[in-house]
Amino acid sequence: MAKAEKKWLPRWFYQLASPRWCYQICGKLLPGFSLVTLVLLLGGTLWALLFAPADYQQGNSFRIIYLHVPSAILAQSCYMLMAVAGAIGLIWKMKVADMVAKSCAPIGASLAVLALLTGAIWGKPTWGSWWVWDARLTSMLILFFLYLGVMALNSAIESESTAAQSTAVLALVGLVNIPIIKYSVEWWNTLHQPATFKLTEKPAMPAEMWMPLLVMVIGFYTFFAVALMLRLRNEILRRERRSGWVKELLLVK
Amino acid sequence: MDNLPTNQSINRDVGVAALFIAALRRDLMLSLRRKSELVNPLIFFLMVITLFPLGVSPEPGFLAQLAPGVLWVSALLATLLSMDSLFRSDFDDGSLEQLLLSPQPLFIVVLAKIAAHWMMTGLALTLVAPLIGVMLFLPSEGMPGLMLSLLLGTPTLSLVGAIGAALTVGLRKGGVLISLLVLPLYIPVLIFGTGAVQAAVTGLPIGGYLALLGALLALGITLAPLAVAAALRISVSG
Amino acid sequence: MSEVLLRVEKLFCERDDRVLFDGLSFSVDSGEIVQIEGANGSGKTTLLRILSGLSRNYEGDIFWREEPVEQARDRYCRELLYFGHQPGVKALLSAEENLRWYCALSPSLDPSRIRAALAEVGLSGFEDVPCHTLSAGQHRRVSLARLYLSDAPLWILDEPFTAIDKRGVAAKEALIGRHIARGGSVILTTHQDLQGSGAVRRINLDKQMEPNG
Repeated sequence: MAKAEKKWLPRWFYQLASPRWCYQICGKLLPGFSLVTLVLLLGGTLWALLFAPADYQQGNSFRIIYLHVPSAILAQSCYMLMAVAGAIGLIWKMKVADMVAKSCAPIGASLAVLALLTGAIWGKPTWGSWWVWDARLTSMLILFFLYLGVMALNSAIESESTAAQSTAVLALVGLVNIPIIKYSVEWWNTLHQPATFKLTEKPAMPAEMWMPLLVMVIGFYTFFAVALMLRLRNEILRRERRSGWVKELLLVK
Repeated sequence: MDNLPTNQSINRDVGVAALFIAALRRDLMLSLRRKSELVNPLIFFLMVITLFPLGVSPEPGFLAQLAPGVLWVSALLATLLSMDSLFRSDFDDGSLEQLLLSPQPLFIVVLAKIAAHWMMTGLALTLVAPLIGVMLFLPSEGMPGLMLSLLLGTPTLSLVGAIGAALTVGLRKGGVLISLLVLPLYIPVLIFGTGAVQAAVTGLPIGGYLALLGALLALGITLAPLAVAAALRISVSG
Repeated sequence: MSEVLLRVEKLFCERDDRVLFDGLSFSVDSGEIVQIEGANGSGKTTLLRILSGLSRNYEGDIFWREEPVEQARDRYCRELLYFGHQPGVKALLSAEENLRWYCALSPSLDPSRIRAALAEVGLSGFEDVPCHTLSAGQHRRVSLARLYLSDAPLWILDEPFTAIDKRGVAAKEALIGRHIARGGSVILTTHQDLQGSGAVRRINLDKQMEPNG
């Protein structure tokens, strides 16, 4: 279909469409990404826990933001990636994009859970209770619900391609809704700290505090890339199990 | 082939309006012939409301404080309950296939079906809401806010719910799944809806809330039928 | 002067990890009947749903009047009549109301011919009765009345003769014959042998799959 369209997109875009090529390129990228992830996360954690100064109000308990903030950021980015991948799968009928979208959902949901848990643990010393209906925690909870909806729909539909397409539509609807939900929830409850970390603004924290945070955020991104590639490779093998190259691959090993 | 007329000359605009009315009439006629399904959401609305004084407290001051939220949450659940049937019978008897193969714009038919659904649920809920407001001791100053916010908010609920209904229409047990998919998306409407009622009760201006609800509705009318149409094609294709 | 209406190239479809057809190519000319054959579960209905555009889970190309069907979707929908497994008849509406809705969906049809069409399928006197009071065969006949209203060149009919009595079948075959004579074409599945409708081309999905194992 639509052969005329095929010219204006770069070649790698179509190569990505081949599950086999995608499987191999992921395999090549994995060791490098794993190493970078390990270094960043380990270095960032040590820096954050040992060298960053304590907060003058919250003392050492603030250090959980080095886990909370990256996981919250990643949970949101992951949803965006899922929706965009889903849209690509819908429009160009690209199988690999469907698989990326499917692999994103559980990772994003786990990150949302991590953000919620660390938020709750942070809440105990800060607010004095495990759960506070704070705007950002509530938004994260709703994001988690959105992930659950996507995963529930995906598992309820038997046909793989129908499941992928339906999930993509739902993810896109969710993507349109996320800003609205975020705005409405923030508006509903404005009693909380301002967002910790914004790329567009000069952070209010001193550099010794936010530098390790930046390292952790980048580390989480690379960790996400590793997790995604691992899941994607499994998904590719599972879906392409009847194709020649997968059989060959499995026989050789 | 010459005696098989092609049909390029139809006036598109007249066709679209006529199609919308035809689809609306058909769906309203179907609901009116199935009266039990028509009143079910209303009965559910009433029953859920009754649970709150029984489960929490019948004390008037307390109920009055709870009323905006309780009314809105119940309206939301009642709408959700009726959502599954929106495309289900059309899917089961094959009408949906005919609809998807029609040269007419699917957007318009979907919009008409949602409009018919809203008239049978959201509009009906809006009309009985003051009665229930009285039962929950909602101060009379809150009534205009309640009616107006429901009037502007419930169509959005129907529009968003239709996306869930379209995505799950091909599944045997779509009912619970719809709730999972749609409830998180209902939250903004709930927040602004209850906000409007609470503002009205305390005598604050409600124009801002209504404008936000109106904006959500406008967004819903333009985007939701597109998503519904895409979802229906996918569900029927599967 | 026959004209190629529908052309299918290298159609591939799998369902539940089973390849239904692979490399299926054929074309349908005007004035031609194509009968899709195959055992139960061989993918007859799936093929018809793909050809009609309902199902998009396939690989390969479909052309309508030598234009890719995705691009000619709008014109294709105008020129297609699809009769599926479910008759698409609302039980709560009367036969006439059902067909009136069908006419609203296909703007080129003339609603004033509805009663005549219902008479043709032997339902005169039942026009205003809600369809849930009709029998299964009558139910299908309400839907078959669409064939009498239709001006579409291509008919795709999935088991059109199920639950129809002998006389009805003969009438339907005559109708198909007239449609063919007018230059229309028909793709159908049926377990019955078509009689007296002229040349029928058969496509057997079982045989099609044999060389591929």
